[in-house]
Amino acid sequence: MSAPAAPSTTPAPAPAPAAPPVETMTVTVNGKTVQVPKTMPDWQGKPAPTTMLQAAKIAGVDIPHYCYHDKLPVAGNCRMCLVEFGTPMIGPDRKPVLNEDGTPKIAKSVLPYEPGTPRGAIACATPISPGMEIYANSKATQQMRESVLESLLINHPLDCPICDQAGECKLQEYSVQHGKAGSQFVEAKVHKPKAVDLGPRIVLDDERCILCTRCIRFTRDIAGDDALGIVNRGSYNTISAFKPGHFDNNYTLNTVDLCPVGALTSKDFRFKMRVWFLKETKSLCTSCGTGCNITIGSREGAIHRYEPRENDAVNGPWMCDSGRLNYRWVGRADRLKEVLRLSAGGTRERVSWNAALESAALILTQAPQGSVAFVVSGRQTNEELFLLKKLANHTGALTDAVARDGEPDRLLVSEDRNPNSNGVRLTGMAFTEFGFNLLKIADGIAQGRIKTLVVFGEDVTRAGIGADLLAKLDALIVSDILPNATTAAATLLLPGAAHAEKRGTFVNVKGRLQKFHKAVEAPGDARAEWEFLHGLVHSLTGQNGYRTIEGLFNQMAAEVPAFAGLEWARVGDTGVAVQI
Amino acid sequence: MSEPFKLILKNLDEPGYTPDIGCYQRHGGYEALKRALAMPARDLADGKKLSPQEALREDVKASGLRGRGGAGFSAGLKWSFVDRRSGKPIYLICNADESEPGTFKDRQILHKDPHQLIEGMIISCWANDVKLAYIYIRGEMPHAAKLLNQALKEARAAGFLGKNILGTGYDLEIHVHRGAGAYICGEETGLIESLEGKRAYPRIKPPYFPAVLGLYMCPTIVNNVETLCHVKHIVLMGPAEYAKLGTPNNTGTRIVSLSGDVQKPGYYEIQVGRVTLGELIFDKHFGGGLKPGRSLKAIIPGGSSSKVLKAGEVFKLNRKGADGQMTKVDVPLLDLPYDFDSLQQAGTMSGSSAIIVLDDSRSMVETLGNLSEFYAHESCGQCTPCREGALWLAKATHRLCHGEGRKADADYLTHIAQNIQGRTICAFGEAASWPVLSFVKKFRDEFEAQGAADEAAHAKSQGTSSPRSSDPRMTAGSPQTH
Repeated sequence: MSAPAAPSTTPAPAPAPAAPPVETMTVTVNGKTVQVPKTMPDWQGKPAPTTMLQAAKIAGVDIPHYCYHDKLPVAGNCRMCLVEFGTPMIGPDRKPVLNEDGTPKIAKSVLPYEPGTPRGAIACATPISPGMEIYANSKATQQMRESVLESLLINHPLDCPICDQAGECKLQEYSVQHGKAGSQFVEAKVHKPKAVDLGPRIVLDDERCILCTRCIRFTRDIAGDDALGIVNRGSYNTISAFKPGHFDNNYTLNTVDLCPVGALTSKDFRFKMRVWFLKETKSLCTSCGTGCNITIGSREGAIHRYEPRENDAVNGPWMCDSGRLNYRWVGRADRLKEVLRLSAGGTRERVSWNAALESAALILTQAPQGSVAFVVSGRQTNEELFLLKKLANHTGALTDAVARDGEPDRLLVSEDRNPNSNGVRLTGMAFTEFGFNLLKIADGIAQGRIKTLVVFGEDVTRAGIGADLLAKLDALIVSDILPNATTAAATLLLPGAAHAEKRGTFVNVKGRLQKFHKAVEAPGDARAEWEFLHGLVHSLTGQNGYRTIEGLFNQMAAEVPAFAGLEWARVGDTGVAVQI
Repeated sequence: MSEPFKLILKNLDEPGYTPDIGCYQRHGGYEALKRALAMPARDLADGKKLSPQEALREDVKASGLRGRGGAGFSAGLKWSFVDRRSGKPIYLICNADESEPGTFKDRQILHKDPHQLIEGMIISCWANDVKLAYIYIRGEMPHAAKLLNQALKEARAAGFLGKNILGTGYDLEIHVHRGAGAYICGEETGLIESLEGKRAYPRIKPPYFPAVLGLYMCPTIVNNVETLCHVKHIVLMGPAEYAKLGTPNNTGTRIVSLSGDVQKPGYYEIQVGRVTLGELIFDKHFGGGLKPGRSLKAIIPGGSSSKVLKAGEVFKLNRKGADGQMTKVDVPLLDLPYDFDSLQQAGTMSGSSAIIVLDDSRSMVETLGNLSEFYAHESCGQCTPCREGALWLAKATHRLCHGEGRKADADYLTHIAQNIQGRTICAFGEAASWPVLSFVKKFRDEFEAQGAADEAAHAKSQGTSSPRSSDPRMTAGSPQTH
């Protein structure tokens, strides 16, 4: 047994022992000699003999493929990655056969294939051997690719103009790169079922399917739901759900991403938008604490889809369906779009941001120490929480956040449904367990000690501070995105921005700090919270923050111990680990 | 020498011979098993010691026994590849999924002499430390499955099977598993998948070589029915005596399934390489000649997937001269010795030793159409070239057979077939493409004439053309229900 894990308060773990030297092998790819490790991680991350495809990648050569996926078990069925290769010949004396110039003689495959000669090999499953030569672009290799493409296309409907996959279709891409313009095929095509309802979120076009079985392997080996299979035989092979219409686990939409062609389509996205019109923005899923990396596809201010963005430290290439489809609220018609202030006459009037922030500053400046409380959300960004903490410190306020728990699953979904609970903890806005101070705040309001409540991103009426308590307050400053009972009671309402409308960082449940970017504009007067909070902090404390998210993040990193040493520019697309 | 030699078939067609254990034992049955289990350890000249099992495995290697299923691979070598250090159980599977068109030899053993197979299996299992074995039998042979189960029951009752066999402490169980009727289940890794309860998709090799990662990812031996029967005779005769049967590197006997246009189609056991193709067709002991008034057109020499041989062909074969030097000798088709190596040198294979004889009444176009339809129907559809190519070939040959041919179809068929062979997961790709390649190559004139005739007929009837194809699956391409 190794030593017990260091307590989380220890700042730096002991340096890991030096990794043993990697055993390597020399192979040649397209004439370029490279040293590659003897073993490399397989789909489960276990060391396995390095394959020709992996070796080629190290040499900077991409070998086209359909069925192979580095996070799925190897199937070897599409044959697209067939390559010509050679290995050093061994004579009957078990010694290498040499050319006249002393170089090892290489036994090569020939075309057309003759029995008894080496065949081409599938790069995805064939391990390399010392001295192997891989001819990834040779005439023979190209001919094999061309013929596989021809086979895939003879029964494929050429309906690219109305196919959702067009623009991100491997069959299109490889046809451009490796295919031929014409076909000799003069027979009738095979017809198969169209628009098959596989499950609540997936539609299958069996004619477009190239039977690579990625979807079958994903749902069986990753999602743990052996729901898909193949029926019929030969060219009539057809993907089918074991229970028709019941391919309904929470990860089904990953099969749409995995499908190299337009066979599996998302009911949510199909026929909605040509993919080449979509702007792609790197962002994060906010539906739980896992923090799956996503790409937001948007056009003209509207979000059309989320797709997982690969991050092996978090979600791999996957995400759950519920998270993926949880984007419509961003474009809801009832979004809070106006800055509102309760006038002396008891009505709420629309005011300018300047006027609202002046009011807020006045309220918080005049409030006696201890008469203010803050309830914030695990959906706010670290930068926002950092600024809110400054306001809370200045007013001597009690602070807390609202826990949001659900059922976890075995793959990605976390029990914690807040995307940034750890950010709340690390910025000091709540204890490890949320809700401890909420009771005190409710009590303080009831007792009349707390007269001003600042709420960001939560409906406190559902967290123990009911409308009756809110009515007792002198001031209720609320920032939120969508209307609720708390926003309805606000004396000052500051419309905020959804994560897709701003930049910032979250810390996920495992302590990975990740940043996200702005895909679309916030509606109406709504504004990113950090932008107006920064002004409010300046008014109250005189501290001038930074006007850019980069500057603000770097300032936060200088002040929050957990983020010490971080810089916005150095937090890559896949984030960094922080001590939680 | 051109006479049948009965080793495997010695008893089973004798009048009064029944498939029960009593009859088998009256004919000396299970004596080989007793002898094998009593085999002593063996001291080698170099001081090494072989355990009894190792000694028997060496005997099988020394006998020169080659697999009778189709590939003709050395059985002893196959056994030697088994990973014996993995700590996992070793399985043995008898491949009784005999379904290559033209082949009907294993079913004779299964129906008439099941105990011969079981004895061969028990010996083979003992030699390979196998505790659990399976007989994977073709679904279309329900009666044989019944007989096998009965025979296993009898063997168990007699103490040849089960716990503590013949008091040696060796335990073995054998189960019969019936296939569900797909040709691909005869491919050894497809068979293993099927036995595991899955769709019989052949596995990729590497990494799934059965000797290392076979049934349930354990080391596995898959042998043909006839091959396993031979093991019994190797034990009885001793490897040296056995190897005297047949010819060097092509030892022992083989059961040939002879069908097609001969007087006496049937199964004949011969010493490998001691009988020629011509003798098999024309000799009174075998086919007894062609039908009256007919002449030989072609021979499919090793099951339907082997490359066709054309009447009148002459092959260059390597022959060892009296001086020990290898020389090329011209050998006419009918003088080809029926063995593994000669047929390979003639550019084809002895495969499952099923000879299909075609006389001059046969259209090669129609014959190929028949074969191609079979392979399109049986392609499992796992990998692209075979899945798409096999049906493409069938559609093209179907056109040629139904008045829709083109002159260009000869090249068209070659193009399709060349893009299948050598590019698939299993040997089915070759099985589907080799008939096409060889038929078109050797009978190109017939294909071109058919295409030209169709084109001419089309040109004549232009304007009134209607689809003449009769099989809707070949034109409309509607999904098949199997």
